[in-house]
Amino acid sequence: MNRVTKISTLAVTASLLAATASADKWSDQFPHIKNTGDIAGECSYESMSKKDYGGQKLTINTHAVPVMGEPTALHAEQFSALTGAEVKVIHTPAGDLYSKAMVPFQAGQAPYDIVFGFSNFLRDWKQYLEPVPAKYVNMPQMQDVTQGHIDVNSWDGEMIQFPIDGDRHYLKYRKDVIDNPEYQVKYKAETGNELRVPQTWKEYGEMAAFFNGWDWDNDGELEYGSAEVMKKDDLMFAAFFSRSVAYSKNPRVKGGFFFDLETMEPLINGPGFVAALTDWVEATKYTPPGGINFSLGDEINSFGGGQTLFSFSWDDAFVAAMQDDSPIKNKVGSAPLPGSDSVWNRSTGAWENTYNQAPYIVWGWTAAVAKQSKNHDMAFDYLCFFANDANHQADIAIGRFGVNPFRKSDFIPEIYVERQGWDPEIAKQYSETLLAMEEGSANRVFPLRVPGVFQFNSAVATGTAKALAGQLSPQEALDEVAAEWTKIVKRIGADTVREAYAVGVALEDAE
Amino acid sequence: MNFKHKYLFLLPGLLVLLGILIFPIGFTVRLSFSSWDSFYPGLDFIGLDNYIRLFTDDMRFWEAFGRLSLLSLTTVFLQYVIGFSLALMVWKQIVFQRFFRVLFLIPMMTTPVIMTVVWRTFFHESLGPVNDFLSLFGMQPLWLSSEILSKFTVILVEVWQWTPFMFLLLLAGLLSLPKEPYLAASIDGAGPVRTFVYVTFPLMAPISIGAIIIRLIEASKIMDTVYVLTSGGPGTATETSSFYIFIKGLREFQFGYSAALSLTYLVIMIISFTIIAKILTKLMVRGS
Repeated sequence: MNRVTKISTLAVTASLLAATASADKWSDQFPHIKNTGDIAGECSYESMSKKDYGGQKLTINTHAVPVMGEPTALHAEQFSALTGAEVKVIHTPAGDLYSKAMVPFQAGQAPYDIVFGFSNFLRDWKQYLEPVPAKYVNMPQMQDVTQGHIDVNSWDGEMIQFPIDGDRHYLKYRKDVIDNPEYQVKYKAETGNELRVPQTWKEYGEMAAFFNGWDWDNDGELEYGSAEVMKKDDLMFAAFFSRSVAYSKNPRVKGGFFFDLETMEPLINGPGFVAALTDWVEATKYTPPGGINFSLGDEINSFGGGQTLFSFSWDDAFVAAMQDDSPIKNKVGSAPLPGSDSVWNRSTGAWENTYNQAPYIVWGWTAAVAKQSKNHDMAFDYLCFFANDANHQADIAIGRFGVNPFRKSDFIPEIYVERQGWDPEIAKQYSETLLAMEEGSANRVFPLRVPGVFQFNSAVATGTAKALAGQLSPQEALDEVAAEWTKIVKRIGADTVREAYAVGVALEDAE
Repeated sequence: MNFKHKYLFLLPGLLVLLGILIFPIGFTVRLSFSSWDSFYPGLDFIGLDNYIRLFTDDMRFWEAFGRLSLLSLTTVFLQYVIGFSLALMVWKQIVFQRFFRVLFLIPMMTTPVIMTVVWRTFFHESLGPVNDFLSLFGMQPLWLSSEILSKFTVILVEVWQWTPFMFLLLLAGLLSLPKEPYLAASIDGAGPVRTFVYVTFPLMAPISIGAIIIRLIEASKIMDTVYVLTSGGPGTATETSSFYIFIKGLREFQFGYSAALSLTYLVIMIISFTIIAKILTKLMVRGS
């Protein structure tokens, strides 16, 4: 356990003890925080109750219920009760969050004081957003946020979005199967390989194929190999990048993962990406029926409902699997994304036959205050209240809320054991997996955050979807994506895209 | 007497027309000559660049248009056949006539997006009830993730949702038909089939053409069903023109280009429907 973790452990223990004392006063009125009570801080229940925003109105555009929409509405109700503010919450589907805010932004209007979205919107939105004031950036609540998530919410060192969620892709697996001695023997006998937490995507594919299409948990239903986000929409690109990082993110090659920063040539059709897409096409054989059409919700329900051996994406499927009403509670494990036995080196133009693994710090939910808003103070107070210690600790225990760990103090196994009834070993593994991605790797990939990011991601979704559907080969599909990316870069301007991309590359290359 | 002041009374109506019809179209035309996107908001002037891009470098739009033609013509044909059959069924006095008339209209009265979500749940390949039932017989069709079946599913949902509209128009037409031709046909000894072929169908031709054109216009805008059921997938198997324009405009925020797509699409539609209406008139009215 490193120093930061030790300090955080002490801080959490102290906060738990402190919370017990104040639990009665606020948790009676707000049962959501019954486990901790109020926790002292700049934006605690106690602090907010001293503010008076009576007669003022706050309008928030957030996601649909439940993911992020439910906690937004809940905390709006609490905030309103504490401060007297009138808070109007508008719920919007994920695919429309960007445009619903961008249209009034570009028209110079301010229908929303606060806009929720994803952290990769940042480059396009930043000129319309009010930077987070120093008093919030410097408060202890913010000091607990991991550096990775500070970076994700900042642009060139200035925090513009308010950290409310942490996201990364990692591997989830059925611990009761992988650790089962009988299956280990059976797998060894039939394949000659060890049954273990997959270290590479090849192992992942072999195990998923082996456990595909039979009732391996004796519940009378067929189980399958893997549940993945494959539906052609605005999220499947993230799944593809998760599968690509091991083959394409070479720690010895600096200067860009998505583009060559010097030339702005797309790297998306390089051999590493093609190898990943080839694996992914193969994966359609070990997903549940219709797996090629699985959205994120389907993936959560499928793995969380015990239908598959593996899954990889955001935390939600894991948290759903570990909720009290889950049939597989305490039967799941977490691990870093699988790696690969070789990694492409674009400088030498050759494969390096060495093990490689790279975490993909996927964008997460975030929120920001509109520059045109006339209620900056109230808006930042709401966001600060949303993410205060008591709310945060309650929110991360509810899978459907979509609020996941992003603070150093979140990576303490005891909080999951004591408050959520997790098996200590699973809690430890979960905390260590997430913490290692935050602090333990020097080969991370950050999301693409450049002007017109949706055009780039949409091109990836279309190309990879064609490969998954068998309309194009992986190479053809990614050549098509690269051609589209080249056109987008030309339209927007290579220098403009480079300038923005350099900010992300600097984060990756600094490690 | 000078009646020039009468034009003043037209002014409010003209202003409303200008505001709600002419201005949006005019703005869209202007937008189509700009590069407005997420990074360059504003009405700059780039000439015909968007149109040149569309006609020389965007096969995906034309592929989507081909798919749209297939889906809309198939759905409207099926809606017409089924709608006409149902209308004929409840046209004459039958038991529970009123009940059936209301029953057949129910799908149209439901909210399309909500019902599509319900259909998606039904057809969910691994968690839905349809495959749950079919698996008893060893079948697990890929309703949403097979290139061919996904098109069939979109057609099925569209036909279910909008056949009642066709039914309603055709039933109204049937109820307004004159009685004399039927009396004459009866005196001539015509049976039900001959009466339908030589009396009902020709008399219904103008109404049928109207109903088909109205439904074709609606079907050519098919968007919500595709959006909810398949997101245009698998691959691009169910991507239609309107869904593609939606992606370019509201997902990728290429406003200028999507305006060019919309206007091109509008012109194609106007030409297509004019030709289709003429062909139908020739086949169904003059032909009969």
